[in-house]
Amino acid sequence: MEFINNIFVNIAGLIRWVFDWLLGLLGLPLGLTDVLMVAVYWVAIVIVCVLCALFYVIWERKLAGYIQRRPGPNRLGPNGWLQTIGDAIKLVMKEDIVPDKADKPVHLLAALLAFVPPMLALAAIPFGEGMAALDLQLGVVYVIAVTTLASLPVLLAGYASNNKYSLVGGMRVVNQAISYEVPQAFAILSVIMVAGTFNLTEIVHFQQQHLWLVCVQPLAFVIYIISAVAECNRAPFDLPEGESELTAGVFTEYSGMRYALFYLAEYCNMFVAAGLATTLFLGGFSGPFLPGWLWFILKTFVIMSIFIWVRWTLPRVRADYVLRFCWKLLVPLTLLNMLVTGVVLYILA
Amino acid sequence: MTNENGRYSEVYQLNFGPQHPSTHGVLHMLVEMDGETCVGVDTKIGYLHRGMEKLLESRTYLQGLPYTDRLDYLAGVNNNLPYVLAVEKLLGVEVPVRANLLRMLTCEIMRLASYMVGIGIYIMDLGAVSGVFYPFQQREYALDCMSALCGARMTQSYIRYGGVQADINEEFDATMQKLFDEVPRFIEMYHKLIDENEIFLTRTKGIGVISAEDAMDYALTGPNLRASGVDYDLRRDAPYCLYDRFNIKVPVLTAGDCHARYMQRMLECEEILQLIKEIYAALQAEPAGEIMAKIPKVLKPAAGEAYAQTENPKGIMGCLVASEGKLNPLRVHFRRPSFDNIAIFEKIMPGHKVADLVSIIASFDIVLGEIDG
Repeated sequence: MEFINNIFVNIAGLIRWVFDWLLGLLGLPLGLTDVLMVAVYWVAIVIVCVLCALFYVIWERKLAGYIQRRPGPNRLGPNGWLQTIGDAIKLVMKEDIVPDKADKPVHLLAALLAFVPPMLALAAIPFGEGMAALDLQLGVVYVIAVTTLASLPVLLAGYASNNKYSLVGGMRVVNQAISYEVPQAFAILSVIMVAGTFNLTEIVHFQQQHLWLVCVQPLAFVIYIISAVAECNRAPFDLPEGESELTAGVFTEYSGMRYALFYLAEYCNMFVAAGLATTLFLGGFSGPFLPGWLWFILKTFVIMSIFIWVRWTLPRVRADYVLRFCWKLLVPLTLLNMLVTGVVLYILA
Repeated sequence: MTNENGRYSEVYQLNFGPQHPSTHGVLHMLVEMDGETCVGVDTKIGYLHRGMEKLLESRTYLQGLPYTDRLDYLAGVNNNLPYVLAVEKLLGVEVPVRANLLRMLTCEIMRLASYMVGIGIYIMDLGAVSGVFYPFQQREYALDCMSALCGARMTQSYIRYGGVQADINEEFDATMQKLFDEVPRFIEMYHKLIDENEIFLTRTKGIGVISAEDAMDYALTGPNLRASGVDYDLRRDAPYCLYDRFNIKVPVLTAGDCHARYMQRMLECEEILQLIKEIYAALQAEPAGEIMAKIPKVLKPAAGEAYAQTENPKGIMGCLVASEGKLNPLRVHFRRPSFDNIAIFEKIMPGHKVADLVSIIASFDIVLGEIDG
């Protein structure tokens, strides 16, 4: 059990030993191992992103189907589980249409850049004991900063499409994203106040020694989940993509593989938000019997399912209510939460 | 165009449809927008015009009957009825009691089916896509009943001159039992799921308010009228067929906004189910008899004009038949409820945001087949 728990750490150690040996053989300085390990970690994160996108696309559609009293995709593969591969192949085979007057380099760049923020964020999240690619002392600050970047490719997409509705949609996304950063950050700050550290692995250790932070900070958890849903542009805050009231919203002019990139990047963004929620509130990789990284996967699975459940149940919120809800309800609530947390910590200390 | 603040702003035109996921068909609205707010609406219809009234002139009366189903294609038999009633006025036939009860029964079942579509599509247009699957399941139960009785699910052409096409059978009894079991449970579940939902309430309360005077001025009919506080239901106030035998309870709401129109349909669903049960009981108590009166094989109604009105799920539908005593009618004209209902858009839509326009259109529960004819 200890072996399976540490299997990825051991694999990384093995690769590091192989690099050391190779570098020793070639006579190069051993400091290069760290540089090469960065490439290895990056490949691992890309694999995580791809696997999560593969799994969650089909899981969303099946769960949506069960909520709607129908089976969901069930043709491709056993019970429909190979659907994402079919989708990816279909999207790749589609014609790549770029509008004539669109800003072509930016149009492509936006689609490519959509994957960068989630990958950067996943680098810092601990999947298991010792399994954070970047074990930063300021891990939380880094992840918050990087997830803010996630709305920029959408704005670029809206601008580059040369379509006034896409532009309006893109501006709405940024509007929504920066507004909901505030309650998200304050909710996370309340957790930091209790745990006493910004280091994500240390926060998980804190929860292993004491209790899951969701019990101590339930309000912060709920507000974090709501803000994460708004950050990822999921329903009920899905104005940019579900803008069936205007046109297809920001991604109108994106077809084929370019759309696939945004589509998959959205699932990676959700995965980052779910991963952060697990690490900060649900105890991260801690849990009895099963290996740590398996607990992490299960907990993020639960949070992602909550995201999917909320998306397929609630109606869409109107544009002005999105901001009204954030600034008039969530921000005062988070400030109140921080005040109460601070007072209680002061009394207990 | 300048603002009061001295800032320059322009009104731009936005095309809502005709290809649009939320306009209930091919409705084209040219909306003038000032930023996010609508300042003017120009509704353009005709994208589904099939020349139905003209077609009916070159068909015999019996050939023309299936065309009428396609007007409000969500409630097939309800459209047969005004045409048939008008022609029967010209023919001067008396329809047997059993046939009248069957007509009422099928009309009420399809009314329930049509309300299910209206409710489901409204929830879907607000963004909760899952909300369309459950009412459509109830519609399936209603369509199973119609399939067992009439042989067709959607466009039944069941109501014929002088009576109806077929009598009830055992399969129909089984499907009716299923309907009586499932629909009350669904209505209760939907009340629990939707009524208190915060997002639903903010998107429907206070949107598209129509006062009672406006509703009557613009010739609104059906649930849209009753949701604005006007207590008028043709089945109770000017009964046709045998509606005067039954106690028709008509819920009336006074708010006149989108929420009221939605709740009106939900409340009426319960009343319709109750009415279906009463008509079904009366039908079973009725001794077996004729379902069609004696009419000549070749229909040549007397020369003249006749007009008949019925309460359809969308409102009051009327049919004027002008006959010269020949095989084909001289002129047929339908008073379509959705056509008159959408005239009020120009009055109530300005001042609302884009998302509210979708909410307003969906709350009216229009059918383009009916509007364009």
